[in-house]
Amino acid sequence: MKYFSFFLFFLLFLNCKNPTTQESLQIIKKESKRIEISNKLVLNEETEAFIQPYRERITEEMNTKLSYTPKLLSKKDGKYNTPIGNMMADAVFEMANPIYKKRTGNTIDAVILNHGGIRAEINPGDITTKTAYEIMPFENEIVVVKLQAEQIQAMFDYLAQAKRAHPISNMQLVLSEDFKILAQSIAGKPVDKDSVYHIATSDYLQNGGDHMLFLTQPEKLTVLDYKLRNLLIDYFKKHPEINPEKDQRFIER
Amino acid sequence: MKRKEFIQKSIGTGIFVGLSSYAFSSTIFTENTKHVTILHTNDVHSHIDPFPNDGGRNANKGGVSRRYSLIQQIRKENPNTLLLDAGDIFQGTPYFNFYGGELEFKLMSKLGYDAATIGNHDFDNGIDGLWAQMPNAQFKLLNANYDFSNTVLDGQIKPYEVFVKDDVRIGVFGLGIELEGLVNKKMYKETQYLDPVEIATDIVKKLKTEEKCDLVICLSHLGYQYEHDKIDDLKLAQQTQDIDLIIGGHTHTFLDEPTVVKNKINQDVLVNQVGWAGIYLGRIDFYLDKNTKTVKSASLGI
Ligand SMILES: [Zn+2]
Repeated sequence: MKYFSFFLFFLLFLNCKNPTTQESLQIIKKESKRIEISNKLVLNEETEAFIQPYRERITEEMNTKLSYTPKLLSKKDGKYNTPIGNMMADAVFEMANPIYKKRTGNTIDAVILNHGGIRAEINPGDITTKTAYEIMPFENEIVVVKLQAEQIQAMFDYLAQAKRAHPISNMQLVLSEDFKILAQSIAGKPVDKDSVYHIATSDYLQNGGDHMLFLTQPEKLTVLDYKLRNLLIDYFKKHPEINPEKDQRFIER
Repeated sequence: MKRKEFIQKSIGTGIFVGLSSYAFSSTIFTENTKHVTILHTNDVHSHIDPFPNDGGRNANKGGVSRRYSLIQQIRKENPNTLLLDAGDIFQGTPYFNFYGGELEFKLMSKLGYDAATIGNHDFDNGIDGLWAQMPNAQFKLLNANYDFSNTVLDGQIKPYEVFVKDDVRIGVFGLGIELEGLVNKKMYKETQYLDPVEIATDIVKKLKTEEKCDLVICLSHLGYQYEHDKIDDLKLAQQTQDIDLIIGGHTHTFLDEPTVVKNKINQDVLVNQVGWAGIYLGRIDFYLDKNTKTVKSASLGI
């Protein structure tokens, strides 16, 4: 019975408090058993037949080729920035900007995502719909926050302290060996105390995920109704081949 | 005093009393003994197909159609079987992204689920997304501590249901986790979360007195255990009475066997949870009898 994690137990019911309820049913024994759904169990043919058309449509769509990468893209490929992270942040910058502009008249200044949000590697070769589901299995969507200069400073301080390759786009951060900020800029310019900035991110981070608290109290929050996964699918469709590189956007000097 | 010793010896030590000839001989089945089987899943998360054969930890495990074969087998053994789910039916595979939960509900109906409760991920397509799939559910969606009055689900979700199997009246009610901070407000909209302990106390009282239930089962999506004071299944069990079994979810806890917890008035409550993704089916069998001879025959002294 090795496939069954299995046990039995018994308990006597001690109901002495309430002799008047003797006529009601009492539990006299309990047993329990945890049964693994293993491939020793037969498939139910009728159920399989019922699932099949649903499954087929998914398989077909999942295997649709969207783009191509000549090399493996992994979030481990770099200390502070990685090709896959750069691709994702740049994709958000490129794809979300026109929607944001149309919706609000403003443009997105920069993008921040989280390293932990990259859920898989992309293997060299064809990129399919399945790839987008693997790297982004959650339903997170893109939001844009309008931030003051001091919240932007808190963002750079956060990145310097987190020491992780959180994906960013259209901004630069240079750290010293002891994690001091040597240079920081948005769109190639230093942070202006009197400006406001439009930062695109995910709803997960905006809600305080990964303790990115600088995103949680924006002057204005715009929900784009655009899932990160769908954004990536659209980005892949737009670019028949991608070949992102590690670059100078977030480095240690 | 004798009685106290007995409890400590048999229950206090290992929580469980194992299969022993002593226990066996002390349980007397009569021709009036009732037998009901409770089967349960939780956090299946749209895992309709088994995990792929990729050498991973869960390779080849799970799958709805195999679960069905097992359920049919058990129902043949005991037709007095209830099939229950503790929520988070949705989200986790493209089946949900493509079909919005349609297939999950249709298959659960096919498998003959009697009832399920609502998990936080069941709001992933919004409360409207859940409402839209309800016609595909031929089982009861139960929740007692969400106030849906100002939502599309108003009047669609019952707090509890009473099932009768082998003349045993089984009250099943549902409890959901606090949604604020866990689910985007625009998903659950005006759903109001109510205190699970207070609600459970009221519902159980009703199930025991008005509905005359012999067994009370809570389908909970609160989570098995938290370090901090957030309500969980173990705390719920301790702070209430007259619940016989809590079938839990949310924390994806793999329990080898149910945890036995002493409730407010020192009754035993079983708390069980079988991980996630339909890797396991939980089975709990209850035997009930009108005869209180059992207690006396064990000469516990009163
Ligand atoms: Zn959950």
